[in-house]
Amino acid sequence: MTTEEIVTATQALPKGVSLWDDAWLRLKKNKLAMFGLCFLILMSLLCLLAPWLTPYGYEDQDLRLGASGPSMAHWLGTDTFGRDLLTRILYGGRVSLMVGFIATSVALIIGVTYGAVAGYAGGKTDALMMRLVDIIYALPFMIFIILLMVVFGRNILLLFLAIGAVEWLVMARIVRGQVQNLRQQEFVEAAISIGLSPWSIIRKHLIPNALGPIIVYTTLTIPNVMLLEAFLSFLGLGIQPPQSSWGLLISYGVESMEEYPWLLIFPGLALTLTLFALNFLGDGLRDALDPKASRD
Amino acid sequence: MALLEATDLRVHFHTRNGLIKAVDGISFKVEEGKTLAIIGESGSGKSVACYSMLGLVPMPPGKFESGSVMFEGQDLLTLSEAKLRKIRGKGISIIFQDPMTTLNPFLKIGDQLIEPLRLHFGMSKQEAWKRGIEILEEVGIKNATQRMKSWPFEFSGGMRQRVVIAMALVTEPRIIIADEPTTALDVTVQAQILKLLKELQERRNIGVIFISHDLSVVADIADEIAVMQNGVFVEQGTRNEIFQSPAHEYTKKLLAAVPATEKLESSGRDENLVEVNNLSIHFNGGKGEGLIRAVDDVSLQIKRHEILGLVGESGSGKSTTGRAILRLLGLSGGQIKFNGTDISQHSMQEMKPLRRQMQMIFQDPYASLNPRMTVYDTLAEPLLLHKIVGKKELDKTIFSLMDSVGLSRESVLRYPHEFSGGQRQRIAIGRAISTRPLFIVADEPVSALDVTIQAQILDLLLELVDHFNLTMLFISHDLGVVRYLSDRILVMKDGKMVESGSVHEIFSAPQQEYTRALLDAIPGKSLLSI
Repeated sequence: MTTEEIVTATQALPKGVSLWDDAWLRLKKNKLAMFGLCFLILMSLLCLLAPWLTPYGYEDQDLRLGASGPSMAHWLGTDTFGRDLLTRILYGGRVSLMVGFIATSVALIIGVTYGAVAGYAGGKTDALMMRLVDIIYALPFMIFIILLMVVFGRNILLLFLAIGAVEWLVMARIVRGQVQNLRQQEFVEAAISIGLSPWSIIRKHLIPNALGPIIVYTTLTIPNVMLLEAFLSFLGLGIQPPQSSWGLLISYGVESMEEYPWLLIFPGLALTLTLFALNFLGDGLRDALDPKASRD
Repeated sequence: MALLEATDLRVHFHTRNGLIKAVDGISFKVEEGKTLAIIGESGSGKSVACYSMLGLVPMPPGKFESGSVMFEGQDLLTLSEAKLRKIRGKGISIIFQDPMTTLNPFLKIGDQLIEPLRLHFGMSKQEAWKRGIEILEEVGIKNATQRMKSWPFEFSGGMRQRVVIAMALVTEPRIIIADEPTTALDVTVQAQILKLLKELQERRNIGVIFISHDLSVVADIADEIAVMQNGVFVEQGTRNEIFQSPAHEYTKKLLAAVPATEKLESSGRDENLVEVNNLSIHFNGGKGEGLIRAVDDVSLQIKRHEILGLVGESGSGKSTTGRAILRLLGLSGGQIKFNGTDISQHSMQEMKPLRRQMQMIFQDPYASLNPRMTVYDTLAEPLLLHKIVGKKELDKTIFSLMDSVGLSRESVLRYPHEFSGGQRQRIAIGRAISTRPLFIVADEPVSALDVTIQAQILDLLLELVDHFNLTMLFISHDLGVVRYLSDRILVMKDGKMVESGSVHEIFSAPQQEYTRALLDAIPGKSLLSI
């Protein structure tokens, strides 16, 4: 290339040639990850648009019908109260996806920030911050949530926050360990010698390099919180019937597994496929965000 | 008779990215009591050649395309893994490059040392232990009886390399392959290790294959030298032939890369840019260690447009001094003046505007660049932070920076791992000069690089210092390198300043014993006098 060509090539440089733009380009090439992403978007849309997609309400009962298998009128069958299962799965998906998304985001934001600050600061600050994590970790989780429920009343959003507030602890530990390691590297010292503030160093140099484990742990957290929500709801602390979620549908499905298998199979399928898609996307993201993994 | 004879050895790698001819038809002989040095840059195939003979190169992707390696009447290339295992260690031993990682940190020295004895000779534990003590004594480790029970971390780098050599010798091999055995060591230690290897070889009459990227290292010990490039020997001959009448272009380049010249005295002005008075830095050494005086009462001045060389072994406090001047560390005592301002009490916040004027180049270009930032991002960061150029000018400035440090413009969007060590160091240098600083601390900027690359980077630094009117503190353990570009030299030992003076004074009339020892340790000094 001659200099001129290069200079013209410069003008065509994609603006903002950051890690994220690059990662998006690379993610687009990963078919499995893109399939995962599309599936998640489709699933979210279906759940969001549920009221317009099905002719039934999630609480409409048809007791004469009882539990019936898949038919033309009810594609995925009905439950023991004669409620349309497809409708209930779509409405349940709203809760499950939301809890997965919100609670995980809460865990992600608090955990990454907290862990990175502790790992970067080191010394006494670090010791103090991590002992706090240990103490919270030692508190019985159920009592913590019941307390929250008692103080603030029962509220779905609060439930999400409460779950997130518990899940961030492990994330904080993981990120802190990573950051502690990265902190020793010379490029961090180089950033200090350039004059970057500690916060910019954490944001631009440390967190991007800790993304691998963060993403992996995030994809593990999402199913975790979905199941946690089901567990809490089962105990009467979360969603109340006739509202539903995938976790609840599955746990009811398990009870009547022998007589009405479709009550377990379809909600289970919805959850499993979503988790698969998430894992594909997570793997793809991890590779896309690691410049070293991409050029094969 | 030759101990080992390799003929037309070819090792190719069949990878997804195509065929790589790592070793492409080399022949050599190793004689009893003689040293064959294989010289080449990283990636030239020198290690692959030696490791493949012992079956230590994964096959596939590697494959022998042709050749034979005769050792004790057998062709090593055709032996089964079980038979090779008997030869590895017993017939042919290897000394690896980095003594810090070669020893298992969870096994005591003695236990590691006797392992091959028990394995190959079936010795009893007591017998093997006794033999271990003897061999430790032979490689010059004092109190060998007690030291057998020490952990690897209780030894310094040089001592560990002695242990590694002891491990290689303990089975009484006929041949030792030494793969850059001194590259990770300080010069003075390097000189000791080279001497030890030579002595042991003569006493035991073994053959040595010495792999190195640095001609000057082998100048005193090699009998025969083979220069390797891109998988072939471009030149092969006795030591004298290679040094006195090199035929191949590449050999000449390697010889020229030995920094032998002295910089011309520059007429710097007398004004001090940096003034350090009675600097002390102490660390808490943890249990039982008490206070570590990393830097103890050091005073120095750096004049404008001067390159001050700071020399010392690792642990002498030279890097700590450099970092303290940039206020990357807190001081325990003393005063630092930069451009007339006392900065010794500045907070990180107060330092920020000054950072623009003082930059650092780090030793390890693999660690000093953020692996997730492209060249563009790395160079843009300081420019944007200090608002040196606006967004519009940014692309242009980055390209002109890349031109100044000799990086091709096409690589602007690449990530650090796609560059070689020398190119990475160029990126790091580009980052350091991006803010148009007055002062740069270069902390061993070339010691992680191959010699020919070293010479290029040193020349680049000299050029930039000239072009941008920089002042530089150049930190190195290698007097040869320092001599190449410094105006004045300062020698440090154990946190204290030992000697200082102009390059000429230090080299022609060193006042201190320690400085003399450093001078003696310069590899290939016999070359300088040729």
